[in-house]
Amino acid sequence: MKKLMTGNEAIAYGAYLSGVRVGAAYPGTPSTEIMDNFSRYPGVHAEWSPNEKVAMDVGIGAAYAGTRALVSMKHVGVNVAADSLFYVSYTGLKGGLVLVSADDPGMHSSQNEQDNRKYARFAKLPMLEPSDSEEAKQFVGIALEISEAFDTPVMLRTVTRISHSSSPVELSEEEPPGAPPEPPLYERNPGKFVMVPAYARQRHPVVEEKIKKLAEYAETLAINRIEPGDDTLGIVTAGSVYQYAREVFPQATFLKLGMVYPLPEKLIREFASRVKTVLVIEELDPFFEEQIRLMGIEARGKDIFPMIGEFSPTLIRQCATAAGIIKETPAQAEAAAAVPAPVELPIRPPILCPGCGHRGLFHVLREAGVLVLGDIGCYTLGSAPPLSAMHTCGCMGASIGVAHGVAKAGVKDRVVAVIGDSTFFHSGFHPLINVLYNESNVTVIITDNSVTAMTGHQQHPGTGITLQKKKTAAVDLEKLVRSIGFSQVDVCDPYNIDNLAKVLEEHLSSSQPSVIIAKRPCVLYTREKSTPPTVDPDACVNCGVCLELGCPPLMQAEDHVTIDPILCNGCGLCIQVCSSEAISR
Amino acid sequence: MKKVDILMAGVGGQGTILASNILSEVGLELGYDVKKAEVHGMAQRGGTVESHVRWGEKVYSPVIEQGEVDILLGFEMLESGRWSAYLKKDAVIIINRYRIPPPAVNLGKARYPSEEEIESTLKSGSQNILWINATEIAKELGNPAMVGVVLLGVLSKHLGGAEDVWLGVIKRMVPPKFQELNTKAFLAGRQI
Repeated sequence: MKKLMTGNEAIAYGAYLSGVRVGAAYPGTPSTEIMDNFSRYPGVHAEWSPNEKVAMDVGIGAAYAGTRALVSMKHVGVNVAADSLFYVSYTGLKGGLVLVSADDPGMHSSQNEQDNRKYARFAKLPMLEPSDSEEAKQFVGIALEISEAFDTPVMLRTVTRISHSSSPVELSEEEPPGAPPEPPLYERNPGKFVMVPAYARQRHPVVEEKIKKLAEYAETLAINRIEPGDDTLGIVTAGSVYQYAREVFPQATFLKLGMVYPLPEKLIREFASRVKTVLVIEELDPFFEEQIRLMGIEARGKDIFPMIGEFSPTLIRQCATAAGIIKETPAQAEAAAAVPAPVELPIRPPILCPGCGHRGLFHVLREAGVLVLGDIGCYTLGSAPPLSAMHTCGCMGASIGVAHGVAKAGVKDRVVAVIGDSTFFHSGFHPLINVLYNESNVTVIITDNSVTAMTGHQQHPGTGITLQKKKTAAVDLEKLVRSIGFSQVDVCDPYNIDNLAKVLEEHLSSSQPSVIIAKRPCVLYTREKSTPPTVDPDACVNCGVCLELGCPPLMQAEDHVTIDPILCNGCGLCIQVCSSEAISR
Repeated sequence: MKKVDILMAGVGGQGTILASNILSEVGLELGYDVKKAEVHGMAQRGGTVESHVRWGEKVYSPVIEQGEVDILLGFEMLESGRWSAYLKKDAVIIINRYRIPPPAVNLGKARYPSEEEIESTLKSGSQNILWINATEIAKELGNPAMVGVVLLGVLSKHLGGAEDVWLGVIKRMVPPKFQELNTKAFLAGRQI
């Protein structure tokens, strides 16, 4: 029996079938649903760790203890976890360990489009890349077998179009292997697991030998396969790009790589000898192409296809046509000739939701004219017009450290850092200690919506609930920041604009470092809604001040503003900013 | 088995994702290979949403190629207008007569295009346009969130498949207390 699953659902299912019993992750698009789905299977422990490095160490611990473990994160999460990834590559493990890296070519929801295939080469470990949901399920099992056979963590790379695309998956009738009846004794082996220099020096040759053996193994691995076709063109590809290329080149010979590192050199040579031209089609970096050229094989690739952005069948066809590899189809010629009527279609950028507490905060920050060093989350949308009140955003947890640096460099502007609650638990704590330790008078605003909102409302250490919906200890943000030594700490409701503005002014005029917790739970999560206000068209002077909140239900009508009651959440910010008292409920 | 490529375009919160899930499940029940790809932007609400659903004997890419869309199902006028280059010459365009102005329009910094303008840009792709007041119909049924299922009702007439199959999938995929309302919404669309 077959069931439609996204790539993420299939990875979770594959992990469950393969007997994975510990899973750890930090939410991040497009990886989030992997751990979310895995957590629903019986007999497993699944958790949202505070950040990806913690998740990686949790997975490593489980694997050291002999259990199969799954760790998942988005591509930039691997940067956070990299320190751990590199040591576990040296130590190896006991139970199988799979790290899923969900990359985001095209940056649908990310700050960069780094190609994480390079991490496999960098950390010297194998990487598999599925091209649909069925493979996603199967490759988790294969990855775990490789992990145990070669004593190495294995990476499984997906991209947005694998993680978030659905295709049929064959359901298994077999039950997954259960937990051992008795917990085993932990096997102590310092020479293998204590990476002091003396032991690490002994492990490095083991790692180099491991990668060589894996390259030999890759030659016979069934998921690296030649699909015979016309011998004029031989295409080397993997993952989602394989599917696009199959559409555009139905006749070509394919080398479809399921293991994308290390590469099977003999197989590639044999493939190259069968075809007239070798064409490497890969998104982002020339990862295969450079290695194939190093083998002394002539290949084309990045001279035809871009290094930037997400691929699609459309893009591959356009590039291949421009390079003269395929001829333009009649439909293409027709489409190119059909010039659409010149109508300007305004863009629709992402915006803060109606009723979002962040809106009140960014209104206050804009009016105060402060320099805002920002962070990653829904509130990053406070940088967009008309709020335009965030001036930097780089990666998770960067805000407070950057604010401290700006303050130390010295600028005329008054400086605040804005960081969300989940992002604070992820990596805001250490830069906050630094503000105290190295003394800057930065005001840190923790904008607390009491959930990890942007990725779809995941729990975190402050919510008092675990991924598997158990009640647990909740870290109290106010107590936490007071306990480490902050004396000026205020908790405010960002729905109350006047009060928040007053508190901000007090903090900015004091000479000490301080923290404001702007607390308002996400309305999409609480599902709270108040009566939408209405605009009195006679009282409205059409000044546009309320529109500067950038709230979707507020719309410009002919000579006044209106409020769409379907979209409106009833937060009442517009009532507060209207100086002509035209808005009421 | 004829290949069918359907593209859905709308705004976050309109129910595009549920509709594309239902459409994919119907394809699988009808014996097709099915793939679906969707992109929902960073915002939980109010951003652009596109969903590709492909039915066929064997489907490779989850993403539809330009010039290959058989049916464009537009949940919102402006979002529908962006896809003319993706349409087959004889594509069916089913478009909900409903506007959600983007921020720049609300601020008076851009103009929302007229119905005629959206129609003219889509006509460079296909002449075959069907305007539906799906949001109005959904409101009359008592819940504007039903717009996606009303549109699926319209779509079902063009795709075939027995009414029972469609209704069976819808019942399976919505919470029990909304089953009756969704059935009504689907049938209302199917009658158009």
